[in-house]
Amino acid sequence: MSLADLGWAILFLPLISFVITVFLTRSRPKLCGYVTIAAIGLAFLASLVVLVRVVAEPVGTAAENQASYNWVNIPGLTESLTLSLGVAIDPLAAFMLVVVTGVSLLVQIYSQGYMAGDPGYSRYYAFMSLFTASMLGLVLANNLIMVYFFWELVGLCSYLLIGFWFQKPAAAAAAKKAFIVTRLGDLGFLVAILWLVFNVDPAGPNGLNIAFLNEKTTLDLIAGAGLTWAALGIFAGAVGKSAQFPLHVWLPDAMEGPTPVSALIHAATMVAAGVYLVARMFPLFEAAPDAMVVVAFVGGFTAIFAASMGLVMHDVKRVMAYSTVSQLGYMMMALGVGGLVAGIFHLFNHAFFKALLFLGSGSMIHGTGTQDMREMGGLRRAMPVTFITVLIASLSLSGIPPFSGFWSKDEILADTLGGHGNVLLFALGLAAAFMTAFYMFRMMFVAFGGSFRGPATAQGGHTSGHTSGHAIHLDQSHSAHAVGAHESPRVMTVPLIVLAILAVLTGFLNVNGWFGGLLEEGYVVHFNYGVMASSVVVALAGIFLAYAVYGAKWISAESLGRAFGPAHKWLTNKYYLDHLYEGVITRGAVIGICAVLSWFDHTFVDGIVNGVARLVMAISGGVRKAETGRVQAYALVIFAGVLVIMGLWMLGLPNSVSGWVAKP
Amino acid sequence: MPYLTIITFLPLVGAIAIALLLKRDDARGIKWVAAGFSLVTFLLSLVLVFLFKTNDPMLQAQFVERANWISVGQFKVEYFLGVDGLSLPMVILTTLLGFLAVLISWKISLRPKEYFSLLLVLETGVLGVFTSLDFFLFFLFWEVELVPMFLLIGIWGSGRREYSAMKFLIYTIVGSAFMLAGILWLYFASSPNTFDMIALGQGSVKEGANLIFLLLFIGFAIKLPMVPFHTWLPDAHSDAPTAVSVMLAGVLLKMGGYGIIRICVTILPDAAKYFAPALLILAVIGVLYGAAVTMVQKDLKRLIAYSSVSHMGYVLLGVAALTKIGLVGAVLQMFTHGTITGLLFMVVGLIYDRTHTRQIPELTGGLAQRMPVIAAVFTVAGLASLGLPALSGFVAELLVFIGVYEKYQLAAILGASGIVLTAGYILWMLQRVFFGEFNPKWSDLTDAVTVERVAVFTMVVVIVLVGVAPAVVLNMVNTAVPTIMARLGS
Repeated sequence: MSLADLGWAILFLPLISFVITVFLTRSRPKLCGYVTIAAIGLAFLASLVVLVRVVAEPVGTAAENQASYNWVNIPGLTESLTLSLGVAIDPLAAFMLVVVTGVSLLVQIYSQGYMAGDPGYSRYYAFMSLFTASMLGLVLANNLIMVYFFWELVGLCSYLLIGFWFQKPAAAAAAKKAFIVTRLGDLGFLVAILWLVFNVDPAGPNGLNIAFLNEKTTLDLIAGAGLTWAALGIFAGAVGKSAQFPLHVWLPDAMEGPTPVSALIHAATMVAAGVYLVARMFPLFEAAPDAMVVVAFVGGFTAIFAASMGLVMHDVKRVMAYSTVSQLGYMMMALGVGGLVAGIFHLFNHAFFKALLFLGSGSMIHGTGTQDMREMGGLRRAMPVTFITVLIASLSLSGIPPFSGFWSKDEILADTLGGHGNVLLFALGLAAAFMTAFYMFRMMFVAFGGSFRGPATAQGGHTSGHTSGHAIHLDQSHSAHAVGAHESPRVMTVPLIVLAILAVLTGFLNVNGWFGGLLEEGYVVHFNYGVMASSVVVALAGIFLAYAVYGAKWISAESLGRAFGPAHKWLTNKYYLDHLYEGVITRGAVIGICAVLSWFDHTFVDGIVNGVARLVMAISGGVRKAETGRVQAYALVIFAGVLVIMGLWMLGLPNSVSGWVAKP
Repeated sequence: MPYLTIITFLPLVGAIAIALLLKRDDARGIKWVAAGFSLVTFLLSLVLVFLFKTNDPMLQAQFVERANWISVGQFKVEYFLGVDGLSLPMVILTTLLGFLAVLISWKISLRPKEYFSLLLVLETGVLGVFTSLDFFLFFLFWEVELVPMFLLIGIWGSGRREYSAMKFLIYTIVGSAFMLAGILWLYFASSPNTFDMIALGQGSVKEGANLIFLLLFIGFAIKLPMVPFHTWLPDAHSDAPTAVSVMLAGVLLKMGGYGIIRICVTILPDAAKYFAPALLILAVIGVLYGAAVTMVQKDLKRLIAYSSVSHMGYVLLGVAALTKIGLVGAVLQMFTHGTITGLLFMVVGLIYDRTHTRQIPELTGGLAQRMPVIAAVFTVAGLASLGLPALSGFVAELLVFIGVYEKYQLAAILGASGIVLTAGYILWMLQRVFFGEFNPKWSDLTDAVTVERVAVFTMVVVIVLVGVAPAVVLNMVNTAVPTIMARLGS
């Protein structure tokens, strides 16, 4: 099989399992799970084959390994248009395929435990299959139309899975919010596509082919202000999908979905799609340096901005969510300063350790029946496997060597000091690294340290929210099964262990420049030991501060909060951006304008119509009285009419009327 | 074989059969006869798709049937039927929705004999509009459709049904009056003097082209409906029975778009170019204004009606750009809007049958838990409406945007921004009606029954099919556009 054929197979496997779970096995939930796992497992194996082949015989560009089918075809000598669906495989796509199928496979296995007994079990696996297929389609796409196609479909799956427990009002609201906020960004992406269609030869089959767009000859042709706007349009889509400021607000709310969903979609894969897209179009972005600056600063700002909110959240999943936003900002910043390898390497490492963190927090939620870290405590004894694996992930995220996050974060920081970098960006990155280490170990000390603080009689509160339709506060109907917390079943802990091993190892892939060499021709890895030292010191400082406040309790968290009173308030209220977006802009401005227009429509547009009708009725009522039956009166009216027409004629009016209508 | 005559008049034959042969109280028999006739009509129209030649773009019309009908001196009216790539998709849409409208009316108990007869007469009227190639015949069919619509809304409607029926009738007749004036003027102003729409589409108009264009356009714009002539639509929809809403949104509005393309643009291309910028502005206003007004509607049917105003704005937008891709997009948008909005109205009907309300604040309360199938179908239709890829709306809107962007970038961007508003009102509606905490007052509700499932699943299949493989419609549409573009001189 050619690489492209393998690509199609990888795309279709989860699509087939989606169809099977919807139409054939819906009534047998367990089977739905097995079918999905089997399909994604096969896709994972195929992805490994693709990766091995790409590594063994470097293919260079995407141009050589693609296969397209016409999707929309408007033939003709002029104004013809061909939009195609096609796949292309290059090292970047190959790595991404392995990430998507690998994490998805582990998440599906884990979900068997996490979602056990849920009434929507079959639906869950159907949506997960559809998501995996859509995400793979996005990764494999060889042209921008197909990227957009699957870009929207992953958005749909995100919507469906955030709102999976649709009976929870918060979940339904979060799902809607996620879709609409990301769609704002998608509008930019769409407009960029429109611009590209007409500025790159639309007639040829290469129309929006990514490899073609990225060629130097193409880019030279379209360089200029237009290209900068197009790049910014594409970036707008990435800002929405990858939850960058100012469109980041949907991601923390998306935590209303089941935790494995958060791990797969809102940590490892879909939210990284924005980063992936920018990386895919990297030559195009490089041809628009002004856009690159925007990418770098939006990323850098998002990194520290989101990290600051992560400092004060109590919900473990929300901490992770802000952490994800922040790390995605890191990746964007890397791309913005020209660090393609650093950005993608971080994406790669982050996918594993962040998925691990989410699945780990899912295990914590599963074991304690709460998402609030203040109600946890002492989990290191009750949940040893979860503890060790989450610890590894936290160390990795904090950037402690030799865990994977250290290597890629370091490369990013080093790149911010490089040719296209900026000391300010380096400072933002370093500050964010400090905050990251602090909030992660705040969670570690609060949740795993001390002793269990959860409700002793948690079992009594066991709820079955799905069936009774009552609102439930928890992520799931999970509650503590016995007094205190308990470790999760093996089906959940084994994926944790696998991911933990990856979180230790994947960082070494680029120590000798192997990873980067595949992505970028002539890539040489270089270590900046000064940057390394400073980032490790900063991370250790963050961990130490967390220990001082939450571990040893030398400093009381309350007094710390009081000391930073106003700042603390801003942070817990998420900088009031939700108030601004939802209260002022949406409910105030948008709905207000719509309501005014609706009133206008009813009162004036329809009012005039009805008014005219009433006027006609009134006039006919009056005119009716003229119908007297006296012939003399009629003759008089006819005579008057003739006089009027003759008068008009003599004034020359008919000519001017026909003169008006004759020629445009 | 006179396919088009058979297809056009088969529903009418069914109507006559029901009226003459069946007993008033034989509701079962009436329904089956209506379903049978409309199903055969649909299947026959599918046969046309397979016989339709897509490889010869110079072919003006296919399945032509032609005979002298009225001949007074020079004044000659023909019985002249034929379809091309523009009208055939509309014919399919009409026969499909005609059949499903019967299925979705299965629970009608008030005077079923009259109801189903009128429904079938309506179908013949609309089919006649799409198959006529004689302008006079076209106008006759255009008027024929009014009578059953008026009666169906006025008798089987709800709420202020008489007001709404009358408003629909008067509004459309005012439009028809302008149109008739335009038709007659066109007859005398054109060379040759003829009602033959193909000949008109090749000939030229001596004088007054702009005024003729306006007269005809007003008739079509009211039907489309174009802002500001749209206020009859929400009233008609909110008081019409379900099947009539389906036909109204699904195919009757398309008569407006069809007329604009077939007549205004093809016969009067210079006038079309002259007015295009104005139409473009009105279209953008329609898209955004319609979407904004939709956002705050509380009645589900009014909500979908206003969303139709917005989505039909895309049709006008695609046409007004006068580009090939825009035209193709507009025709595809007519087809997909027919299926999507038809489905939306069907599902609203199913909800109304069960809850006896269409007010969103009253419905609020997790209906999805009692009617998962209805909720799922409504979600699919809603997603199609907001232009989700793999469903039919996306392709059509994308083509409209591309086609408009070619000439008018700002209009395309403004039009495209409608997709954000659409996502807003669709998802907000779904959230309020189906999701959230369960309201115990809906405990006794039931999900869709078999006949309803057949109807809605058929629509879902069509929506997915066109979304995944748009070629099934595009191959037809592609054959019609070169002729029109040639008229426009490009």
